[in-house]
Amino acid sequence: MDNKVNYLLRLGDNALILSQQLSQLCGKGPALEEDMALTNVALDLLGQTRLWFEYAGELEGAGRDEDKLAYHRDAHDFKNCLLLEQPNGNYADTMMRQFYFDCWHYFLIVGLTRSVDVRIAAIAEKSLKEVTYHLRRSGDLIVRMGDGTELSRAKTQAAADELWMYSGEVFAYDAIDEAMVAEGIAPPADELRAQWLAHVAEIFAEATLTMPPADAWMQKGGKQGRHSEHLGFILAEMQFLQRAYPGATW
Amino acid sequence: MAATPADPSRAGSSLAATPDAAQVWAWLAEVSDPEIPVISIVDLGIVRDVRLAADGACDVTITPTYSGCPAMQVIADAITDALHAHGLQTVRLHNQLSPAWTTDWMSEDGKAKLKGYGIAPPAQQVIDISGLRAGRNANANAALTAISRRPQPRLVVACPNCGSTHTEITSQFGSTPCKALYKCLDCREPFDYFKCH
Repeated sequence: MDNKVNYLLRLGDNALILSQQLSQLCGKGPALEEDMALTNVALDLLGQTRLWFEYAGELEGAGRDEDKLAYHRDAHDFKNCLLLEQPNGNYADTMMRQFYFDCWHYFLIVGLTRSVDVRIAAIAEKSLKEVTYHLRRSGDLIVRMGDGTELSRAKTQAAADELWMYSGEVFAYDAIDEAMVAEGIAPPADELRAQWLAHVAEIFAEATLTMPPADAWMQKGGKQGRHSEHLGFILAEMQFLQRAYPGATW
Repeated sequence: MAATPADPSRAGSSLAATPDAAQVWAWLAEVSDPEIPVISIVDLGIVRDVRLAADGACDVTITPTYSGCPAMQVIADAITDALHAHGLQTVRLHNQLSPAWTTDWMSEDGKAKLKGYGIAPPAQQVIDISGLRAGRNANANAALTAISRRPQPRLVVACPNCGSTHTEITSQFGSTPCKALYKCLDCREPFDYFKCH
């Protein structure tokens, strides 16, 4: 498969899997405002997914549209990072996963607005305002929960530590990512990582949280299709309709 | 959302005289937004360009408000239906992402209609990405300014019910991606605020 198609699928799969996870919280948010925020963010991510998949499907030229890419692939064909398939857990887990992702996503999207691929740059430009308020919101909640009560701080620190080993995969570039950097399509990993670490450090300091060591061992494999068992359960629900009634349409 | 119903007599008369782009814009100004029916898709700034091709087809360029706006398909269908009803046989829709939609494109008339409908119109730009959009000349600090937790300039949102600016935000997110929830501290009325974007 073409490097660019693969790269676009990675972008789309990250957004899709996180969107699906957030959608599962619809009606279950800890407060009405949070419930609406989670589903609004899920909707933004779903819209971005469609834009990435639409382009990937066109480039691939095999007749796969965004629905086929979302519903007709099995777990090993998904290229999302392992972070996004981690369970919703408690609200600190949900928001820490979101914060780690949003922070990377924001700096990535800023970088992609300068991509030499004009279609990628346009999708990034369209997404930029959305990912900006996503990051403002998740950073704000991390500060409020970290610098909150003794219990909220303990849970937020536990979530930070627990999810930390999944935060590095986005910066572990393989041949596909490096090809995108070489072509001027995607920003380099070290630049993104430096920006990510600086912003996480700033938010954690304000949240009175301890940042885990930057050189800690990191999980990887999701981008290459090697997933945890969580993804299978997510897909089972997300793809149920198309699996039970193949080709069903509105 | 009901498209303008086809009226054979009217369609016939439109066919006789080839419409110009201004006429098409006027027809599109009658197509309502499916979620906020008091304003049109032209008021909202969704329609970016209208061109009449030599072959008699009409090319309409539209842009989504938010990436995940679920109304886009409904809007596209409504445009096609409305122009068919006015006698334009071939309508080609184009989706444009860049430059990204902004509430700055909303017409003054549209803002007044929003207010009359009970939704406070967008006040001022709150997410400034101008420094980021500049491509190669982008200001490196702009990326950090946009996500700063430092206090942002406080928004003055007037209550669409009593006009008081003594209002308070309840939730950054509302019933659709484009709205936030506010409440008026004077008349006590809760209301939607159309966020700047």
